[in-house]
Amino acid sequence: MNDNFGPNPWHQTNWDFRAAFNFIFGGAGAGLLVVLAFSGLSGDVLRVELLLGMALIGAGLLSVWFEIGRPLRALNVGFNPFTSWMTRESFVAGLVFASGLAAAWLASRSLAQAAALAALLFVYCQGRILQASKGIPAWRVPALIWLIFTTGLAEGAGVFVALAALFDTPARGALGYFSLALIARAFAWSTYRSGVAKSAVRAALAVLDRSGKMLIQFGTIAPLALLLAGWFVPDIARVAVLLAGVAALATGWQFKFVLIVRAAYNQGFALPHLPVRGTR
Amino acid sequence: MTRWAMVADLRRCVGCQTCTASCKQANATPPDVQWRRVLDMEVGEYPAVKRVFVPVGCMHCDDPPCMHVCPSTATKKRPDGIVTIDYDLCIGCSYCAVACPYQARYKTDRASFAYGKPTAAEEQGFDPKRLAVATKCTFCVDRIDAGLAKGLKPGVDPEATPACVNSCITQTLSFGDIEDPHSNVSGLLAENQYFRMHEELGTGPRFYYVWDKKEAEA
Repeated sequence: MNDNFGPNPWHQTNWDFRAAFNFIFGGAGAGLLVVLAFSGLSGDVLRVELLLGMALIGAGLLSVWFEIGRPLRALNVGFNPFTSWMTRESFVAGLVFASGLAAAWLASRSLAQAAALAALLFVYCQGRILQASKGIPAWRVPALIWLIFTTGLAEGAGVFVALAALFDTPARGALGYFSLALIARAFAWSTYRSGVAKSAVRAALAVLDRSGKMLIQFGTIAPLALLLAGWFVPDIARVAVLLAGVAALATGWQFKFVLIVRAAYNQGFALPHLPVRGTR
Repeated sequence: MTRWAMVADLRRCVGCQTCTASCKQANATPPDVQWRRVLDMEVGEYPAVKRVFVPVGCMHCDDPPCMHVCPSTATKKRPDGIVTIDYDLCIGCSYCAVACPYQARYKTDRASFAYGKPTAAEEQGFDPKRLAVATKCTFCVDRIDAGLAKGLKPGVDPEATPACVNSCITQTLSFGDIEDPHSNVSGLLAENQYFRMHEELGTGPRFYYVWDKKEAEA
């Protein structure tokens, strides 16, 4: 008999919105540091945006600190770099803050690039944290690593172009990078969706599909259309870029919130065989 | 090398939950925390309906995902295969709980008792170290270690055997050294067909479910 007979999976209750905020703010902050390092910005603007990126990452880490049961032991998080991606994330966060603060202090572009490399590692660690959670079928899919990674880049680029549009017309290079990040995220979603279909339960797939639809429609197609509109109608370019950036950010955040807080069903229990009682 | 394992003979379990009660008594777990649970499954459609009772808990995996993800090294695996938690190291991040495919881990943030105020037994068993950290079945590791120190054999001598196994009224649960070919658990697995929960995940659980006799060799 090959059917499974387990009771229905249920939603995990161990990680709530506080854990989700770590991925939400951390990904966007890391993505902002990445785009910032190669944007050509300098001086006070570089300083302010570096601090904003680190503030976002810090807000995420602070949020998860409120979730842990023994906050005064938080430093124990660094005891297992050999196998734990959470430990590695904490180490890389230290690198991000060290190089980012030095870059902000000195307004140094090369230090900002070092912070960007650390930020790339940080957002990669976040993807690995989720993927290592074997108890949650919607998370343990390897393709999720790249979805978390690319959505972090897209969100950071969204913040960057939106901020740029507030004060000036954003550079074409930044808009090109933003467009590529959006397309990469859409591909990552598509790969993840085909991978997760094999393992996640129907309830999880239903909420993921609703969220993924928003990611594609309002987080990819709409921002790209707005960028195109701005390209052809320069009068609305800044507003269009601003809206595109906000849409990319908001849809990425809603997706991660749904992933952590709504789609995290366990797989329940399953019996590959039923007991054979009595005589045969 | 000794490797402790648990065998549950699903043909025998009647779902009486005595193992659950005895675990709660032996380990003084708070309400809503069941290190040894018995699932009550109803399978099929009328009139071909079956009821199956399935004891579950920490599977003390060979390759425990909870240990790999633990950032504080609070979760460890002993050489005899028992997966332990150091309550003094654990930060209560619950990463192990989402990494466990068997929903075996619990975290209780505040002290809670069955009737509000602690009963005498609850007061005696209450351990503040267990608050706001991860907890789970230990295979009654203290009993095993104390029993071994006295020269007793876990799985055979009740004093050295997990409380759930001792209490089982139908002898559904058996405990022993799976590396010893003459142990009770090795014997059961040699004579019967069995499976392990979610084996496809590669965690190597040390909890075996017997479901039928082995087919006679042709």
